[in-house]
Amino acid sequence: MSTRLPQGRASVPAPPGPSRRRVLAGGLAGAGALGLTGGLSGCGSPLAAGVAGTPLNPESVTFWNLFGGGDGARLQTMLDVYREEQGSPESLTAATFAWGNPYYTKVVLATLGNKPPDVAVAHATRATILAEAGLLEPITDDLLGLAGLSSSSFTESVWEAGRVGDSYYTIPLDTHPYVLFYNAEVCQQAGLVGDDGKLVTIEGREAFEAALTEIKGVTGDVGMVCSNVGDTSGSWRLFQTLYWQMDGATDFLGEAGQQLTVNEELALATMDYIGGLAKSGLITPTIDYAGAGTKLFTGKAGFQTQGEWEITTAQGIEGLTFGMVPIPTVFDQPAAQADSHTFIIPRMERTDAQRELAMGFVKSLLDQSLTWAEGGHVPALKATLESPEYQALEPQADYASAAEIAKYDPPGWYSGSGSTFENIVGAQIGLVQQQLASPQQALDAIKEQLRTYLDTPSPVLGS
Amino acid sequence: MTTLTTPPPVPPSAATRPDGSPDTGTRVKTRDARAGWLFLAPFAFFYALFLIVPTLYMLITSFFNTSLVRPGLGSFAGFANYAEMFGRADFWSAMWHTLQFTLYTTPPLVVLAFVFAVLANRLKRGQWFYRLAFFLPFVLPSATIGLIWVFIFTPGTGLWPTVQGWLGMEPTAVLADPSWAMVGIAIATVWWTIGFNFVLYLAGLQDIPRELYEAAAVDGASPWQQIRSITLPLLSRTTTLVVLLQIIASLKIFDQVYLMTQGGPGISTQVALTQIAAIGFTDNRIGAASAFSVLLFIVIIAIALIRQLFERNQDRSA
Repeated sequence: MSTRLPQGRASVPAPPGPSRRRVLAGGLAGAGALGLTGGLSGCGSPLAAGVAGTPLNPESVTFWNLFGGGDGARLQTMLDVYREEQGSPESLTAATFAWGNPYYTKVVLATLGNKPPDVAVAHATRATILAEAGLLEPITDDLLGLAGLSSSSFTESVWEAGRVGDSYYTIPLDTHPYVLFYNAEVCQQAGLVGDDGKLVTIEGREAFEAALTEIKGVTGDVGMVCSNVGDTSGSWRLFQTLYWQMDGATDFLGEAGQQLTVNEELALATMDYIGGLAKSGLITPTIDYAGAGTKLFTGKAGFQTQGEWEITTAQGIEGLTFGMVPIPTVFDQPAAQADSHTFIIPRMERTDAQRELAMGFVKSLLDQSLTWAEGGHVPALKATLESPEYQALEPQADYASAAEIAKYDPPGWYSGSGSTFENIVGAQIGLVQQQLASPQQALDAIKEQLRTYLDTPSPVLGS
Repeated sequence: MTTLTTPPPVPPSAATRPDGSPDTGTRVKTRDARAGWLFLAPFAFFYALFLIVPTLYMLITSFFNTSLVRPGLGSFAGFANYAEMFGRADFWSAMWHTLQFTLYTTPPLVVLAFVFAVLANRLKRGQWFYRLAFFLPFVLPSATIGLIWVFIFTPGTGLWPTVQGWLGMEPTAVLADPSWAMVGIAIATVWWTIGFNFVLYLAGLQDIPRELYEAAAVDGASPWQQIRSITLPLLSRTTTLVVLLQIIASLKIFDQVYLMTQGGPGISTQVALTQIAAIGFTDNRIGAASAFSVLLFIVIIAIALIRQLFERNQDRSA
């Protein structure tokens, strides 16, 4: 600056009263004291827990999930029932995070930092990775007993999906397969609806393509919508379903993700088929998740391949009559891509009382499996699955069989729902559908991008 | 900075300190030195704990297959992590996108900030309003900026497509288009951080004595010539500082990309730090992520060194 400092002159005498420095210091001390007391009040507060290493909110259940949209709204009603049962809104702290990799990153880091949620939701295909990393508590018969359950309470295939080594690490909630939504009005006009008001059974390539052509004639647009823009999971699920319908299909990855074991011939044939359908205008070449739903609901398409969780969206559309069935067997045998939602108990220092509280929460949600099933999911709790109320639910009854032909994602430390594997493979399949890549180019790109992951030993397994 | 007329320095030989030692004027007393170190100690402790130690940890783990979820350093990998990075297409694309972002933001942030500062400096009244208007976005946290600009760029219903509609243009979904997403993020960043450079320039401008401009005007210089010959040279220190800060901050971009596009669409906006976070915290591979970080670190150090040499050259020629 252009001012000169006084050199050696007597300083100006201080004004009377507290100096500015003293007022600032006093204010800072006061604010600091207020902050500290506010932060440390209640041993469960995050600040005190982090500093002192005490458990977070020991008297309530902390629950993390990744359910947004219709699922999220449905979950909130179920959580409110739990809060009412416990008699206090403080009994549960629930947090919903963005679906996919961001959610699992948070769960991993929270568990490593010793402050995980008491209960969390996980896909069965991702839970096994967390279990291998040593981040989950095993679900023993004793633990299940606290909730009045046992391993035989659940559908066997879903229970077994949570197995790592000799222990089981998940409490199954549901299976959610990829299914076919159909616009009943459009299909009626295309002559595809039977006397019972349901879609006729379609089997084989000719029948399937004939049906799509009929629908296209009715809508004047396309036969079927399959979202592939900004929806790598969707493209992957379509591919996985059609690929496993072919005889001779093998797991995409083998040796826990270290080997590429896909049947390349069949994979190319599947991608070729999807690309061909898009080229001939029978399916949409380029459409995003929301746009695909809109096309079906407004009658511009007759079929849509989508997850059953979109049932709530479809039911909310006024004047729409729709149905859901398993994706037709276009090739040799029935198959449907699916995953399962499960509850996991992240590893942390727990008292028996906390364990009981957590299992009580899980029990409460499992007791509401019917509400959850109304959201489209196939319950994993046998009591609900076999109950007359569930079997009477429409259109759930029409596609519940898809859970039996479910094909999970291949095992691998970078695989699972919403994983890097799905993103890489799904992106290429989406490009094939968009006519922006040939099946061979897509497969080459997949191999190149997966190379790093295939060659890297799993960072979660003990070395 | 400005030219000062400094008073003549006190001759060193004559003065002595109370303890009899000669007062050389520049050496700090031992008493004061110890007090100084004590004042530094709390900060030095946190600095060492949260900056020095993690940096050393990063350098060490880059040579191992360290996992996020397994204790210890893992198996020795030598230069394998570095080799993997050089062989990965997404490493090079992340570096390129980081560079792309730096190129998109640094020139506007330097030039526009200067232009606005010059214009604001001309105001006699109401200058406070423009200082407030330009600096206010800088005060907002990155999450707020992300939300605001995601709304503006929302396809169909956002502010930008609406304006495009008024102007009769085809609406573009900026953040969903691989060729435009980075531009969208750059625009959000420029709007957010221009205030800081604006304030630096404004302070520098207000240091330039008016007499210089008046003398130049008397000599018949036009406003543009005045800017070119007086303002720009006297602001050269500020400009190099701003450019350096901008470049280094752009190389470390994370918040806006993570919040607005998560590296998408596809990987068209994946930058170095978001890729490092994905490798380290989603793939659970701390060793590989550290190798990537070390490479980014080397790039940033290199740029800072270049600036040092440049400045030394400037000083020598000044």
